[in-house]
Amino acid sequence: MLGHLIGVLFDGIAYGSLLFVISIGLSVTMGLMNFINLAHGAFAMLGGYVCVVLMTRAGVPFLATLPVAFVASAAAGIVLERTLYQRLYRATHLDQVMFSIGLVFMSVAAATWLFGPSQQPVRLPELLRGQVQVLGVDLGAYRLFLVVVVVAITVALHLLLVRTRFGAQVRAAVDNATASAGLGIDVNRVFGVTFALGSGLAGLGGGLGIDVLGLDPTFPLKYVVYFLLVVAVGGAGTINGGLLAAMILGVADVAGKYYVPQAGAFIMYVMMVVLMIVFPSGLYGRRS
Amino acid sequence: MSGLAAAAAAVAPHLPPARWRPHELVFWLAAFAAFFLFPSHRVLASQILITGLFAVSLDLILGYAGIVSLGHAAFFGVGAYAAGLLAVHGWGEPISGLLAAGIVAGAGGFLTSFLVVRGSDLARLMVTLGIGLMLYEAANKAAFVTGGVDGLSGVEMWRVFGAFSFDLAGRTAYLYTLAVVFVVFVLVRRLVNSPFGLSLRGIRENVRRMPAIGSPVSRRLIAVYTASAAIAGIAGGLLAQTTQFVSLDALGFPRSADLMIILVLGGTGRLYGGLLGAALFMLAHHFLSDINPVYWQFWLGLLLVLMVLFARGGILGALERLGERRQGRRA
Repeated sequence: MLGHLIGVLFDGIAYGSLLFVISIGLSVTMGLMNFINLAHGAFAMLGGYVCVVLMTRAGVPFLATLPVAFVASAAAGIVLERTLYQRLYRATHLDQVMFSIGLVFMSVAAATWLFGPSQQPVRLPELLRGQVQVLGVDLGAYRLFLVVVVVAITVALHLLLVRTRFGAQVRAAVDNATASAGLGIDVNRVFGVTFALGSGLAGLGGGLGIDVLGLDPTFPLKYVVYFLLVVAVGGAGTINGGLLAAMILGVADVAGKYYVPQAGAFIMYVMMVVLMIVFPSGLYGRRS
Repeated sequence: MSGLAAAAAAVAPHLPPARWRPHELVFWLAAFAAFFLFPSHRVLASQILITGLFAVSLDLILGYAGIVSLGHAAFFGVGAYAAGLLAVHGWGEPISGLLAAGIVAGAGGFLTSFLVVRGSDLARLMVTLGIGLMLYEAANKAAFVTGGVDGLSGVEMWRVFGAFSFDLAGRTAYLYTLAVVFVVFVLVRRLVNSPFGLSLRGIRENVRRMPAIGSPVSRRLIAVYTASAAIAGIAGGLLAQTTQFVSLDALGFPRSADLMIILVLGGTGRLYGGLLGAALFMLAHHFLSDINPVYWQFWLGLLLVLMVLFARGGILGALERLGERRQGRRA
């Protein structure tokens, strides 16, 4: 029973880690630019397809495809940011929602046209398959790998934001973009680089998540709720809040599906509404 | 109360003229004429009207009060199931069924309005989306009541006024729908042109200043959200009664998203935007349904992106700008 509980908890944490990697970019860009970007999942999907195409058509091993997925999504992110997103930073939230829904529709249609509507396969390396015994508990090797990757990413992001000059600029811009611009920070460039970084991380998450979340053209629509939820519950612009929210949601979703399968996704939606009511500006939210 | 009346009197001279303009009459006469002009498309035409009414209900909260909702289909679905279930369980009288649909959906709107009114745009988006998804899951799981994925069939309607039965060609359905939509529209039009409607626009423009001039923001938003939910419920009830079937799609997220597209396409905050957008969207969908649905989605997405970038305010907004320019040239 306890083993079960730990197993479910661990699966939930691995699932939450994945949600965190994908959503963290959304959280930072939303905190920076107050832009409601429903199309964030499309960047994750792009990363996923880059991985699949490299693996199945070019025979590249799975782990080697992940950096490519990051770079491809980051490149797509910066191109779209410079050409389209940038024009809408000052637009109303309704315009931003409509614009990003439009992008989602286009990405779904394009993915269906290119790859067909079916689920994409992933072949994990031998090392990451099966179970690993840790302290007498059987844990999925791939899930353990996910958790390790996410810990590494979180530490790296933390160092980037706290220790580097660029990180200080990002934090300043999140707090007050106008004042930062007045101090000579190129806020525009900070926005662009942050957007690219966030999209890249989403792409990486999309590649990592093929085995857990699956990958088909409806990916951006199916998971947009989860990504938004991580951001909304965690509070836009905070890494710690996003991490905590992703873990809570991951564990709740996995536990709900495991212990009360007949309720389906219901538990997740109830939690979402309750959390939004109790913390209207997020767990770590600074602005309302 | 007298203070309110005085305030209304003070505001009244600046209210836009609520008189019916010629093109409004043309619109409704055209809707009536469609009955004779396109006898083979009456079913489609009544669905357009229903979607139009649904879009008008969203316009009330989105266009006038500025609440971005991604889950308005929840109330449409609640209304549809209310009207449908009533008829399945032996009360097929259409007009009272429609009222019941409106009341049930309105009650749902009132209860959830407290959650929606507070919070930022993002929180509202999430809460409305969450409520919509929750209801969808609930209806899906409660198959013994709603029929689940198979939908609710066996909706048997009595004659309208005991005289006109719903026929397969959709003759009664169209006229019945048109009459209901027109009556509700007149009420909504009255509402948005009242001081109440003006205060909603004030809230949309500047939430912080409205309390300073004595407008109770939350109470206004709760009232309009409830009204909007009731109207969405009536639209849902109409669909259930005229098609004599309720599918689970009535509650789905795609319906909420499509609705928003329809409203933005037509133009928000103008009432007719929803009706016009519904007509265009549904006609395009109907006549382009032969092509692959995947392409339809792609072009729809492209249209949305282009509209946000270049044509804010939708079709009616573009027409308005055109009219202004022409007037400017004349002056």
